[in-house]
Amino acid sequence: MVEITDLYKSFGKNKVLNGINLNINKGGIFAVLGPNGSGKTTIIKSILGMVIPDSGSIKVFETSVKKNSEYRHKIDYLPQIANFPSNLKVSELIKMIKDLRGQTNADQDLIKTFKIEPFLNKKLGTLSGGTKQKVNIVLTFMFDSPIIILDEPTTGLDPISLIRLKELIHAERAKGKTILITSHIMSFVEEVADEIVFILEGKIYFKGSISELKNKTQEQDFEHAIANILTENHA
Amino acid sequence: MKIYFSIIIFIISTWLVSAGTLTICESGCDFKSIQKAIDQSKSGDTLYIKSGFYKESNIVIYKKSLHIIGEEGAVIDTQYKGYGFSVEATDIVIKNLKIKNIKVSYTKEYAAILLFKSYDFVIENITVENAFFGFLIQKSKDGKVHNNTISGEGSAEADSGNAIHLWHCENVTITNNDVRRMRDGIYLEFGSNSYISNNYSTENLRYGLHFMFSNDNIYENNVFEANGAGVAVMFSKKIKMYNNVFKKNWGTASYGILLKEINDAELKHNRFENNTIGINADGTNRITYTENTFENNGYAIKVHGACYDNIYSRNNFLYNSFDLSYAGNLNSNEFENNYWSNYTGYDLDKDGIGDVPYRPVKLFSYLVNRTPESIVLLRSLFIDIIDFSEKVSPVFTPENLIDNKPLMTKATW
Amino acid sequence: MLKILKYSFFDLMRSSWSYVYFAFYLLLGIVLLFLNNDLSKAVITLMNVIIVLVPLIGTVFGVMYYYNSKEFTELLLAQPLKRSSIFLGQYLGVAISLSMSLILGLGLPFIAYGLFKSSAIWDFSLLLITGVFLTFIFCALAFNIALSNENKIKGFGYAILMWLFLAIIYDGLFLMSLILFEDYPLDKLSLVGTMLNPIDLSRTLILLKLDISALLGYTGAVFKQFFGTSFGLIISFLMLSIWVILPVLRIVFKSRKKDF
Repeated sequence: MVEITDLYKSFGKNKVLNGINLNINKGGIFAVLGPNGSGKTTIIKSILGMVIPDSGSIKVFETSVKKNSEYRHKIDYLPQIANFPSNLKVSELIKMIKDLRGQTNADQDLIKTFKIEPFLNKKLGTLSGGTKQKVNIVLTFMFDSPIIILDEPTTGLDPISLIRLKELIHAERAKGKTILITSHIMSFVEEVADEIVFILEGKIYFKGSISELKNKTQEQDFEHAIANILTENHA
Repeated sequence: MKIYFSIIIFIISTWLVSAGTLTICESGCDFKSIQKAIDQSKSGDTLYIKSGFYKESNIVIYKKSLHIIGEEGAVIDTQYKGYGFSVEATDIVIKNLKIKNIKVSYTKEYAAILLFKSYDFVIENITVENAFFGFLIQKSKDGKVHNNTISGEGSAEADSGNAIHLWHCENVTITNNDVRRMRDGIYLEFGSNSYISNNYSTENLRYGLHFMFSNDNIYENNVFEANGAGVAVMFSKKIKMYNNVFKKNWGTASYGILLKEINDAELKHNRFENNTIGINADGTNRITYTENTFENNGYAIKVHGACYDNIYSRNNFLYNSFDLSYAGNLNSNEFENNYWSNYTGYDLDKDGIGDVPYRPVKLFSYLVNRTPESIVLLRSLFIDIIDFSEKVSPVFTPENLIDNKPLMTKATW
Repeated sequence: MLKILKYSFFDLMRSSWSYVYFAFYLLLGIVLLFLNNDLSKAVITLMNVIIVLVPLIGTVFGVMYYYNSKEFTELLLAQPLKRSSIFLGQYLGVAISLSMSLILGLGLPFIAYGLFKSSAIWDFSLLLITGVFLTFIFCALAFNIALSNENKIKGFGYAILMWLFLAIIYDGLFLMSLILFEDYPLDKLSLVGTMLNPIDLSRTLILLKLDISALLGYTGAVFKQFFGTSFGLIISFLMLSIWVILPVLRIVFKSRKKDF
């Protein structure tokens, strides 16, 4: 579904991606992990065509993403910091995204699930961070695309919404979708992820299930396993 | 008794003879030729020229007082052979005629009507088409040139003449004439005590009106529009110019009016609109400019050197690119009580006079005089800034060139 | 693109800045006309204001809008939309809403004053057309600067500097070079110099209307042909269009290569 070969990217002198090869050809939840500045967001943005790679190729469903925008119909993306045009109302934003991507009715259920009915007629500029994130989630999940990319989805969410989000993610997995997640909350990752893609210094350091990771690092605890990778490589 | 009777008969007959009427027409009356009728006429006769087409030129009237009056449709075509009428006579009237196709020459000044040493003349309702010169009036006086239309087709100054040209004339009234596409519209050379009014002079190659060495003349209510170089008044004294309109005189050496070596003149209630230069003054002394309007000119007034004791008051300067360009010292010239549309001062005591003096000369006008191409920067913010700094502390412009009492509203009269 | 344009436009039409801008011009128009009572003078003053202020506002607004809608842009980038349509849509949204504020803000008081019956209507229309051109040019330039500078403060700085340069410094350098080379024929140089700065270009357009009497006072065949015929008008409009097209093309080009 997503096929990345020899992906290189540098911002100025800073080499961010140093030959990433990643092939995801089945459904499931993939957590992209790595320390700050390791290139997680850059990979995601490359897939989305927001970052133009220096070299290498990315294919989504067998079509190259280069100079193409149509393939994004197959991807739902939840950006890291959702800042919307502050003069728009929530309902207008939803309407607008539908206008841009195509019609759907899934938004009704999502609005109920995340309880944002009271905010529908408020301007986005007046919303709190958490509410904005909920709107963000609605916008992402209302389209039924085979690939879902979530960049820090838990930011600002209250516990109930977090539970709802997890349910939502599991429901989507059950449909056989491919879900890419980045997160700093290890417990969240451990709970939802089927596979871990660990990125270090612009390369894929590890790809496999959580148990494989634990075996490799010989740590019982997921968080410690991650910490182990980091300390070993920096020592 | 018989003697008395014969005297009466004699008087009547001489009267009849002296006031004879001769009719000229193409066929069927006394004369077919104007010249022949004139040859046969006596002083005091009236010649009627019936409607028709007369191919005659160089018609000479010598020392006969004649009234030549055309019927509507009477046309004299000189066929480019020379003068129309060539006259040396007193008490002469020529009216209601159309004269056309005057010969163009580089050596002789052929005119539709040439008057030489003629007194008490009237030229009225004459239409001249394809004129070289229109009326050439020399060493004559006490005449009237009224209601004529003169137009030429000259394309260069050398092959065109003047519409109404007076040379060494005195006491001539020139009114209600329409002169166009000639070299000069009206030209007075050594003419004095003349009165020029209500004429319309346009599209002439050189000047709409031209004065040389002509003193004590008045011209008023004339319109001078789109002439090659506007109006020139040179080397003359005591000229009065009232209520004239000078407009659309565009070009490198073009102005509403050029004043050169003029003394004791008076300009009042004139309008200068859309001229490259409204008034170009060079060597003018004791001139009063009162209640004139300068609107949308490149320069309203351009003062060159050697001007003394000129007074500019109660004039309206409206939206000119430059109000004033000034060379040399102030030389006891005064600007007072004018209205300047560029004035930005205030009037706290509400007496209608601005509390801050106005400086009509901008630094930029000096720059443009020096480097003409910099005109493309006109109205640029940068130019406004340097003009402003010059206004605050004058370095280049004469410090005392100031209107101390600028009006807050347009002067009216 | 039209959809993006629509949303950007409505977004801006609702922002208080558009109203401030609109109100500013409304006030300016009213003050000039009804306190001054002189249409010709009002048009001249307006010209001075438009030449300087419209570029400034276009620049500031363009940069501000770009940086403020950055996250929104990223949201759009993840949608199946072409990059060029996103940025052109946003650009046109800003430029059109600013132009609307300008036209309505100045137009309303002038219509109320009885512009249609006045002979100044052509001068005034020219003024508005020029203002719209300047808005489009400077918004495009602002977008270019913002696209090339991730750093907001730097972008703002460059944008203001660009305005300052084109509005004032350029003319100073221009004047200096004219004086420096005054012994040479300068008419071509001065016209070329004018063409290279959109503010000077618009100023020339207005000079052609207001100061033709002064402009025709100069020798030089090039000047005569330029100012004396419709040649100048046509060339000026052509150059203004080029000044819009080039930065817009760079927006398309730059946005295609940029990382977000």
